[in-house]
Amino acid sequence: MSKKVTGKVWKFGSDINTDLVIPNFAIYMKREEQPQHCFVANRPGWVDEVKPGDILIAGTNFGVGSGRPIGDVFVQLGVAAVVAESFNGLGLRNCVNAGLASLPCTGILDAFDEGDIAEVDWGTGEVRNLTKGTALKGQALPQEIQTIVENGGVEVVLRKEGFLA
Amino acid sequence: MGMTAIEKILARHSKQEVVKPGDVVMVDVDTAVSFDYGKLNILKIHDPDMLVLLHDHVVPSPTLSAANGARDMREFVKRFGVKNYFPVGRHGISHVLVAEEGLALPGTILVNGDSHTCSSGAMNCLARGMGPSEMTYIICKGKTWYIVGKTTKIELEGTLPQGVYPRDVIHYLAGQYGDFAGRNLEWYGSGLESIGMDGRLTMATISAELSVEFSLFPYDSVLKTYLEGRAKKPFEPSFPDDDAEYEQVIKINLSELEPQVVLPNKVAWNAKPVSEVVGKRVDQAFIGSCANGRLSDFAVAAAIVKGKKVADGTRFIITPGSQSVFKEAVRAGYVETLMEAGAVVTNSTCGACYGGHMGLLADGEVCITASTRNFKGRMGSAEAEIYMGSPATVAASAIAGFITDPRGL
Ligand code: SF4
Repeated sequence: MSKKVTGKVWKFGSDINTDLVIPNFAIYMKREEQPQHCFVANRPGWVDEVKPGDILIAGTNFGVGSGRPIGDVFVQLGVAAVVAESFNGLGLRNCVNAGLASLPCTGILDAFDEGDIAEVDWGTGEVRNLTKGTALKGQALPQEIQTIVENGGVEVVLRKEGFLA
Repeated sequence: MGMTAIEKILARHSKQEVVKPGDVVMVDVDTAVSFDYGKLNILKIHDPDMLVLLHDHVVPSPTLSAANGARDMREFVKRFGVKNYFPVGRHGISHVLVAEEGLALPGTILVNGDSHTCSSGAMNCLARGMGPSEMTYIICKGKTWYIVGKTTKIELEGTLPQGVYPRDVIHYLAGQYGDFAGRNLEWYGSGLESIGMDGRLTMATISAELSVEFSLFPYDSVLKTYLEGRAKKPFEPSFPDDDAEYEQVIKINLSELEPQVVLPNKVAWNAKPVSEVVGKRVDQAFIGSCANGRLSDFAVAAAIVKGKKVADGTRFIITPGSQSVFKEAVRAGYVETLMEAGAVVTNSTCGACYGGHMGLLADGEVCITASTRNFKGRMGSAEAEIYMGSPATVAASAIAGFITDPRGL
């Protein structure tokens, strides 16, 4: 399976937290209703602009905060990959467990302007800025964890194995 | 090369001789904690005895959706015969309960669908938060994975001056060293001897705001005493090897610390000595949560407000972390003292900590809190400002009506 995705870049800063992705008032909404509230506090209107296949680029400590299923929100919005300078551990788990391609990559913030086209190979860690013609290399996640993403996340696996209704 | 205490727990649970930073380990989980909502789509589970189920965030149910979730949990408990279930009336915040009930044990691995699970690190328990789908996975399969992170050793020496609390120590660390994303903390040093379990649980809990993987405290005489007659199962504590490799050692002299206040919106790199923010007007003061909703927090708050009144124009809310904290606080007279001063003492729950069902902030309001998080919008309006301080700083500020240095009170 190719682990290469290409898409338009949306840039976010450091310490993007879970409460920005899923605000308090949306925690107990139905899963399908949560994405429309993503980033209302820091970037209202973004959910109407992001398109399936787009790529999120962020600074350090991405996903800091609670256990809220941020990866699932991005998957529902069609985000193809998240590349961040660094991930909060729980934030990363919630991305890969939802089947979202995730890549820690030092230097990513400076390498892209918003709207640039990125090609991300989350299998090898290579990232290219197709708009600027530059490239850099991130720290691809271990194979075991890439497999979770390839399978489409943990719930898909559980369903296949008969654990879930 | 030897292993850290954290690496040794990971090695034991992944049945390996040695693990080192960078390894991915598949581990057997000892304890899985889940709250509020029953996962009724689960058809088979790994082992009902590894589960701890309870109600905390939304209790008693403030909405229909919460009520239905709680009903599903009771149904789940019945369906799978879960013994460690804490119904409404015996409830409490998950991290407070597992410590009190002797369910978070030294040398074991505990998971919970809540980010402040690292709280149980105070029990020498390898604990971290998980997301909802991963909790489902663990409930079904009894195992999970970790990427082994590098570990920083914190060495505490000296004792805390009057008016300075364990909460200030972890704020200081956040302010001076920022986040530890993907890495671990292990706490040692002679300074720990003077910090009791409540204080250690505070420090381990707020470690989540430093983005740690794990924050582990040692099994020493303080923890040993705490667990006597409380631990629900036998356990094997974890100690580091003499030649364990730490990424860095941070020494903190407790005697030199001042009260530390975290400024709004984020925690890492965002704490300042209280002297730099004194005078900021506060609309609401809150003490509670898995960080500071314990008996010693009530004791500190009651001592500060005794015989005084909460400032006009300021609300003071204090919320016990569990029913047993509540009962003890009533017995000790703290609840009466706090109410005499004009504080609102609420039911035990997460409550105002996450702005879910009580104590929300209005647009433009300012709060000083001893809960866990100060993110934009965390406690209600995204236009509100949330400062964080120790329970002493919060109680002193509630009386003054502005952020106040609790030393000398
Ligand atoms: S008290 Fe606050 S931080 Fe702790 S579990 Fe509840 S909502 Fe989360």
